[in-house]
Amino acid sequence: MLLDVRDVRKSYAGAAGPVPVLQGISLTLGGGETLALTGESGSGKSTLLHLIGGLDAPDDGTIEVDGTALAGLGEAGRARFRRETVGIVFQQFNLIPSLSVADNIAFQARLAGRYDPARATELAEALGIAAQRDQYPETLSGGQQQRVAIARALAARPRLLLADEPTGNLDEASAGDVLDLMLDLVTATGVSLLVVTHSDQVAARMGRRVRLSGGRISEAAA
Amino acid sequence: MIPTILRGFVGHWRRNPLQLFTVLAGLALATALWSGVQAINAEARASYDGAARTLDQGLFDRLDDPSGASIPFDTFVALRRAGWLVSPVIETEVAGVTVLGIDPLTAPAGLAPATGPQGDAPQVIPPERGVVWGAEATVGAVAAALDPTPETVILPEAAPGTVLTDLRLAQRIMGRGDVVGSLILLPDQPLGRPPLDEVAPGLRLTRAAGETDVAQLTDSFHLNLTAFGFLSFAVGLFIVNGAIGLTFEQRRGMVRTMRALGVPLGRLVAALAVELVLIALVAGGIGVALGYLIAAALLPDVAATLRGLYGAEVGGAVSLRPEWWISGLGIALAGTAAASGAALWRIARMPILASARPRAWSMASGRGLRLQWAAGLALLAGAGALALWGEGLAAGFGLLGAMLIGAALLLPGIIDLVLAIGLGRAEPGLRQWFWADTRQQVPGLSLALMALLLAMAANVGVSTMVSSFRLTFVGFLDQRLASELYVRTDSPGQAAAFTDFAEGRARAILPLMSVDETVAGLPSEVYGARDDATYRENWALLAETGAAWDELGRGAGVLVNEQLARRAGLALGDAVDVGPAQGLPILGVYGDYGNPIGQVIMGEALFRSLWPEVEPLNFGIRLPPAEVPDFVAEARESLDLPEQAFVDQASIKALSLSVFDRTFTVTGALNVLTLAVAGFAILMSLLTLAALRVPQLAPVWALGVGRRVIGRIELARAVLLAALTTLAALPLGLALAWALLAVVNVEAFGWRLPMYLFPLDYLRLGALALLASVLAALWPARRLSRTPPAELLKVFSNER
Repeated sequence: MLLDVRDVRKSYAGAAGPVPVLQGISLTLGGGETLALTGESGSGKSTLLHLIGGLDAPDDGTIEVDGTALAGLGEAGRARFRRETVGIVFQQFNLIPSLSVADNIAFQARLAGRYDPARATELAEALGIAAQRDQYPETLSGGQQQRVAIARALAARPRLLLADEPTGNLDEASAGDVLDLMLDLVTATGVSLLVVTHSDQVAARMGRRVRLSGGRISEAAA
Repeated sequence: MIPTILRGFVGHWRRNPLQLFTVLAGLALATALWSGVQAINAEARASYDGAARTLDQGLFDRLDDPSGASIPFDTFVALRRAGWLVSPVIETEVAGVTVLGIDPLTAPAGLAPATGPQGDAPQVIPPERGVVWGAEATVGAVAAALDPTPETVILPEAAPGTVLTDLRLAQRIMGRGDVVGSLILLPDQPLGRPPLDEVAPGLRLTRAAGETDVAQLTDSFHLNLTAFGFLSFAVGLFIVNGAIGLTFEQRRGMVRTMRALGVPLGRLVAALAVELVLIALVAGGIGVALGYLIAAALLPDVAATLRGLYGAEVGGAVSLRPEWWISGLGIALAGTAAASGAALWRIARMPILASARPRAWSMASGRGLRLQWAAGLALLAGAGALALWGEGLAAGFGLLGAMLIGAALLLPGIIDLVLAIGLGRAEPGLRQWFWADTRQQVPGLSLALMALLLAMAANVGVSTMVSSFRLTFVGFLDQRLASELYVRTDSPGQAAAFTDFAEGRARAILPLMSVDETVAGLPSEVYGARDDATYRENWALLAETGAAWDELGRGAGVLVNEQLARRAGLALGDAVDVGPAQGLPILGVYGDYGNPIGQVIMGEALFRSLWPEVEPLNFGIRLPPAEVPDFVAEARESLDLPEQAFVDQASIKALSLSVFDRTFTVTGALNVLTLAVAGFAILMSLLTLAALRVPQLAPVWALGVGRRVIGRIELARAVLLAALTTLAALPLGLALAWALLAVVNVEAFGWRLPMYLFPLDYLRLGALALLASVLAALWPARRLSRTPPAELLKVFSNER
């Protein structure tokens, strides 16, 4: 089992006291599996993704990724976990504007000590951004930026790829292209994929689907 | 409508109190330094005016004896009987206070006090006790020292350190009832009076100068202070400019919405202007109050400086004079207008459908940077042209301004270039990101870095100038004060008795005799020097013809000081008229630091032949240092000379150096304040940018770089930028020092000083600047390293 989430709870401080966001979430994901996390706005999808990615910590419950219990990690341990174990693709791309496309792709891999120029080139070619290697993010279209973000996440050879609305900022045609490419690469590399999405079309392309509602799992389907 | 709009704007400040603080503090600091300097200048000028009113300096024509001796009272009587409207004046000293004795009956209007001791006419003077007029403290000191105690009248506007008395009391203090010091000529003289030469031969007529001598002499000093105040103000404005620019950018969305809701553009701009005026008035008020405190702290040192350098008395307390606090508020308003003009213009021209997203405030366009380069280079070229062809003090300050502003404009480009080189050589990964991201931060921090550059360069430049001056001055004192002992006598008889005593006891007796003359159209002192080895061995001439001292001894020419040579355009071999002597060639030029006026030295024989009436009253005595105490003791015993008549070389050197050091205390204090303002500019810029940094740093954090590491990197980034700025400030500071020494000093004071370098001082200053930047960066870096993950996560999603 690559990912094991057990009875995870999380709430945020509100004006009238704590506002529960996740209320006892449990789910698992095997190696090479793909999973779509769906639900309406405010259902807790992104919060769960952030907890799994080590960007935030749960109030209660446990999360284990590739045998590592995140609860036992300190600040430095979580940073190490993020750069070595997971790759994250954000809805807003979040590329580093001061670095070129090639350096953006290489950035996390270099941090993790796993930079392989051949793999970076391979990913850039596979994602159709090889010609833009020397350009800077501000000169790219949204679709191109998202491809760079995917290449960056995969170049570090993560065990788990997390994607938060990866096609949310793209038009329909670009969204379809990006999704096809991401899935092809996931299949080719054997990495597990967890996607947060509003889109039924995206969710339909994943191996499994979990729907969140009011901070709880309301539906799980293959 | 405008109040409604303003209410909307206030909401912005409420949510961004740090920005409001930055604007207010930056403007207040800038105004404080400016108005502090203006307060000092206003106080000094008021003192000069008071002194001019009290001491008749430069306001009336006057008659005196060219040798400095007293004028017999009979001469005064003879002149009055001949129809000359003259009034006698005596100047003496009691308890360290200058006592000016006048005759209220004959004194011109404006010089004599308006009231006597009983509030009656000033002429009604108690014959036995006399009257003293002046400021409360000085009057008290003088009255306490006299027996019988005179009547006192308080004049609040009297010159500091000076009192007026009736003539008879002044004569009694001097112990000479038969003489007066000089005679003032009333402005309106009757026609048909006999020529002066017939009635009072031997008296010299000096015409009124219009502006007071002291005011003229100290103009350069005050100009220097004003320049420093303006530099500090400019440094402060960098803070305001950055903060206001950011504020306007962040409110673009609000402005667009207001316009979409029907607020006319003109009203919006007017509301922004009202808001800026309110801010300027509040900050200006705080700045003026701070300026008062700065002036109060610095004025005693300035007063000591002016007393030491120019003999000008300035009161030690600051008054709330309208001219400086109004100018303080005015400069705050002008500064706000200058700092916000461009931002206001952009808002005024913004289309209603412009993007609500803040423009990339921290990113300068390539075109902007190129324009900045061009302007910087043009200013440096202008500075070069002024250095080569400029003339006058205004050109000197123009050179300084063009050089400093030009270099400041070039700084972001230079730093960007260095960072680009660093980026090219950086190991890919985190280090590469460090260089690339630092490069991206330069536009946002450029104003603060420019402020640091100016402050650092001013520190390097001014400290180099002061230290070079001090080294030169110490050497100069060693040359000038070669005699082991200096003796002052009060009369020719006492002088003769002293020289008889000293003959045989001293290795050499050097009479110090002088007259005031106009040489080459400039007020100068003319000295007669004895042909003695002391001068040859100790005085280093800046330029000389061969055997200058021999020629001087033979009376074949004169030596002139550097300021006279420069101001009158005199060179070696040129002929000058000195008093009655025509066409004396210039044999040499000597340094004469600290003396504001021209000076000429001629051989003793020539001097005595030109001014036979002048008897030397002061002497330099050469004798082994160990013998000085015995010599003084014997002389006092034999000649009944007071202790104050003897000053040994060490005391006079120590006194001169203490005057020198105090002179530059003010400069040092302004240096530190300017550096502190620059440090504050960095702190404010970093704090302001910290909020904008979160979206830039969050992805790096998400990709696995811990918050502490990010905090350390932020600190390193600030230190790197400060270090690069410091490196750039060093050559600029040295260029500034050169301009101060070779251009401004020459124009302001008439002397050119050699430039020395002080590497250890620069290292210390660099370390101080780095420390300031570390301290300034510490808090923002700490804030960033402690940014809660929840804040960082907001960057990645809009929902939870």
